[in-house]
Amino acid sequence: MPKEVGQQIVLPLSKAIELSAKSIRVRLGRSLITMSGIILAIAFLMSIGTSNAVLDKLRHVDDPRVQSVLQAKGLDLDSEAVHEERARNTWLVVLSLLVCLVGIWNSMLMSVTERFREIGTMKCLGALDSFIIKIFLLESSFQGVVGTLVGISLGLLLSVVMGLGSYGSAVLKYFPWLAVLRWGGLSLLIGSVISVVAAIYPAYVAAKMEPVEAMRVDR
Amino acid sequence: MARQTVVRTEDVRKVYQMGAVEVEALKGITLEVYAGEYISIMGPSGSGKTTLFNMIGGLDKPTSGRVYIDEVDVAQLDAYELAWLRCRKIGYIFQTFNLIPVMSALENVMLPMIFARMTSDDAREKAAALLERVGLGDRLLHKPYELSGGQQQRVAVARAMANDPAIILADEPTGNLDLKTGTEIIELLKQMNEESGVTIISATHDHKMLSVSDRVLWIRDGRVERIVNREELQIEVGKIDGRTE
Repeated sequence: MPKEVGQQIVLPLSKAIELSAKSIRVRLGRSLITMSGIILAIAFLMSIGTSNAVLDKLRHVDDPRVQSVLQAKGLDLDSEAVHEERARNTWLVVLSLLVCLVGIWNSMLMSVTERFREIGTMKCLGALDSFIIKIFLLESSFQGVVGTLVGISLGLLLSVVMGLGSYGSAVLKYFPWLAVLRWGGLSLLIGSVISVVAAIYPAYVAAKMEPVEAMRVDR
Repeated sequence: MARQTVVRTEDVRKVYQMGAVEVEALKGITLEVYAGEYISIMGPSGSGKTTLFNMIGGLDKPTSGRVYIDEVDVAQLDAYELAWLRCRKIGYIFQTFNLIPVMSALENVMLPMIFARMTSDDAREKAAALLERVGLGDRLLHKPYELSGGQQQRVAVARAMANDPAIILADEPTGNLDLKTGTEIIELLKQMNEESGVTIISATHDHKMLSVSDRVLWIRDGRVERIVNREELQIEVGKIDGRTE
């Protein structure tokens, strides 16, 4: 027996991906609620980042009309007030990301407890702990990546609309593409990392469930 | 001719720690299950029936004593080997059907084969044949929620047979089914038992199960109260039926 045991593969990754994707589709309502947390947090991050990048860019534009708009708003110089506001915003962003992490953590944990029978059954059918972990991490990272992409678009849209309101069409004319792209990349990274990190403990709990859980009928 | 033993327990004891109190669920059980046998384990709740059943199915380890499945001591196996054993040697059937809700009937039956490294094409072909065999050839792509309880349990029987196991372990397989559907599932299990020679071990309260069992094991208070063979059973079932009707 042991020889073959060594050959046993947990299940091809493609199967795990397929299963995770299906799980999300079937429990779309729950997934959307989980995702909304990350969408909002990342949209906030992205809009703050984009707004700052736009302001930085406009400040260095050699255009008297733009400069007069900034002057009228008191934003033409790197004043202490501007710095303070940025620091405050950074804090808020960090806090919202933390709240988002806890939210995903909680919802994944609930999902694990709800699915005790499914997890137990898979273990009865021969799934290894690592496969169970893979399913939950994948599920969370799918949610994370999709939520983050939506959040990035939403944040970008919001900051552009707000920018247009504040500075007029100059925003589009001098749009800081590179900096915004950088913020987008950073947001994607943060969003993905958060969604995977938040799922580690729930996935571990799921993997440690005993196969005998599948037999339970009392819930 | 000596019969081949597929499960053997030697003086199995199981002690649970309930706070400060120790509860002895099994008080030394020694028994043999032969290959190709249809055996039912009966007993009131709290008798240790479930504990023994889990022990035989490689789902729990004894506090003392030994459990051999196909002459392999379960206690000596590590996590990988246990997963291997569950995957290849044992097919599980549950009271609550336990199909994976996001997968179709076909995919549910394919899952254990994929865990056993069969290629997708082979697994699909074999799963379709198994579903055909349990009478669901026209329901391959239905999701569990689109199937009745009896149909779901049929899928579960096909899934349990996926890797041609030595043993099918059925935990109250008719517990959530009505009389007619329950009888159909019992007959299906018997059919698998006769056609494929798979050993069926079933924990049950269902007296319908008695008529197809080769042996019935009564557990009471953590001990084997009695083991009744098929021949003696016929008479007893008659008595039970006579009493209940």
